[in-house]
Amino acid sequence: MPLPFSPQEIVETIRMVQMENLDIRTITMGISLRDCAHPDLDAAGRKAYEKICRLAGRLVAVGNEIEREYGIPVVNKRISVTPISLIAECTAAKSYVRFAEHLDRAAAEVGVNFIGGFSALVHKGATPGDRALIASIPEALSTTERVCASVNVGTTRAGINMDAVAEMGRIVHETAHRTADRDGIGAAKLVVFCNAVEDNPFMAGAFHGVGEPDCVINVGVSGPGVVMSAVQQMPDADFGELASVIKRTAFKITRMGELVGRAASEKLGVPFGIVDLSLAPTPAHGDSVARILEAMGLERVGAHGSTAALALLNDAVKKGGAMASGYVGGLSGAFIPVSEDIGMIEAAEMGAITFDKLEAMTAVCSVGLDMIAVPGSTPPETIAAIIADEAAIGMINRKTTAVRLVPAPGKDVGDFVEFGGLLGRAPVVALNACSSAAFIRRGGRIPAPLQALNN
Amino acid sequence: MSEKSNRIIVTVIGADRVGIIAGVATVLAEANANIVDISQTTLREFFTMILMADLSQATIPFDELKRRLTEKGEEMGVKIDAQHEDVFKYMHRV
Repeated sequence: MPLPFSPQEIVETIRMVQMENLDIRTITMGISLRDCAHPDLDAAGRKAYEKICRLAGRLVAVGNEIEREYGIPVVNKRISVTPISLIAECTAAKSYVRFAEHLDRAAAEVGVNFIGGFSALVHKGATPGDRALIASIPEALSTTERVCASVNVGTTRAGINMDAVAEMGRIVHETAHRTADRDGIGAAKLVVFCNAVEDNPFMAGAFHGVGEPDCVINVGVSGPGVVMSAVQQMPDADFGELASVIKRTAFKITRMGELVGRAASEKLGVPFGIVDLSLAPTPAHGDSVARILEAMGLERVGAHGSTAALALLNDAVKKGGAMASGYVGGLSGAFIPVSEDIGMIEAAEMGAITFDKLEAMTAVCSVGLDMIAVPGSTPPETIAAIIADEAAIGMINRKTTAVRLVPAPGKDVGDFVEFGGLLGRAPVVALNACSSAAFIRRGGRIPAPLQALNN
Repeated sequence: MSEKSNRIIVTVIGADRVGIIAGVATVLAEANANIVDISQTTLREFFTMILMADLSQATIPFDELKRRLTEKGEEMGVKIDAQHEDVFKYMHRV
């Protein structure tokens, strides 16, 4: 029989994996812990531990098996769980740190590097359980290794809970300062969302939403290097052609996610949820979103034109991905974390990209202000005001936005923070020095925008 | 993945020389992998051999075979890769 593929097709695939860092970034198992509630916090934590170990016991082995079978790297295996504020609320406990410890132990036991869902959804108001969870975040993130936390403070339908925003300014600050010996790494595991999604497989913001089944497999695919290479091969193409080539590339990458997701779901006997195609950079060379924008013709990311370039990229990725999988979900688009992207790190260091330009770009990227190191002396009110700005962009544009800032203790503009591994390193960037304190002190809610009134 | 395939695609890229096909075929034969088809072409000045093999009767797992092929490639000064057929099917066929 003749070969069913052309040599060009075969070589293209091999090149994507071998030279352009095409990989499955994460297979994330979403696990509902709604059946683990118990009036005793420790008992609830033990039930959660047992359920996670039972359902995810084979997750890492299956991920490795798929990697061997298909020859595509599966970089991370992760777990997301029901927001813990919902599970721990029926206990009388004032602090949920003990629950986080059970989650950390479960993650270690099954061999995943992160477990997400130490979370609360407070976009319209907080219950006692939400407040206890939020208050536990700084200690939980400084005493555990694998637990990730997130808090949703706004939605297009509900508006923005400014009391929660003010509180999160303090929580981010405290979390960073409790991990001062490691450049504030605790804050790198904390995401503040507007319009958080329930099926996001990417950390640190993954949690298993209440509308999800008992257990589900979500897959995150990445491949900035593949897209960059495609863009580089078209130096003279106009924007229509450029968008088209990115769409085709995104389609092919997403197909790998579909293949791996279906294989993982079959092998684990767990329903397949979604594929999230997000161009997620790593500090490795050839794995940078910034470089794609630069390949489009910008001297450095941050130059005027960067927002338009990112808008084109993000949209083309979504369009290509949407055709490639039966179920596209999560965040799907392009991430622009600073510390995890070699091109961003360089641009921030030389001043080509500033905090304000990053904020503008978040209006058109798939998430938000991500992994940005700011001076450790930044007042909590300023952090809260940054969260408010970012949530406003998400609320008005009906999109997910997020803030993951690291106010690096003892560091100032020009210093570097080093997190190591996938979290990378980043120069501390300058913020506007004027105070937002009186604005944040007002409290209350920013009402839902006109966009919410569409029934 | 209803029609479970056990076929892999082996690619050999590098300078052409005597014995490449024999070398690859020997590794596959030792693993009891059946060669289904073979083709040669030149892509961007590189000699490229593409070969499809069926592993349903293979005596070693795919990752072990892949390791042996890579080793053989290093010995012969060419780059050998192997990937499951489904990877290409998903990426290039809708």
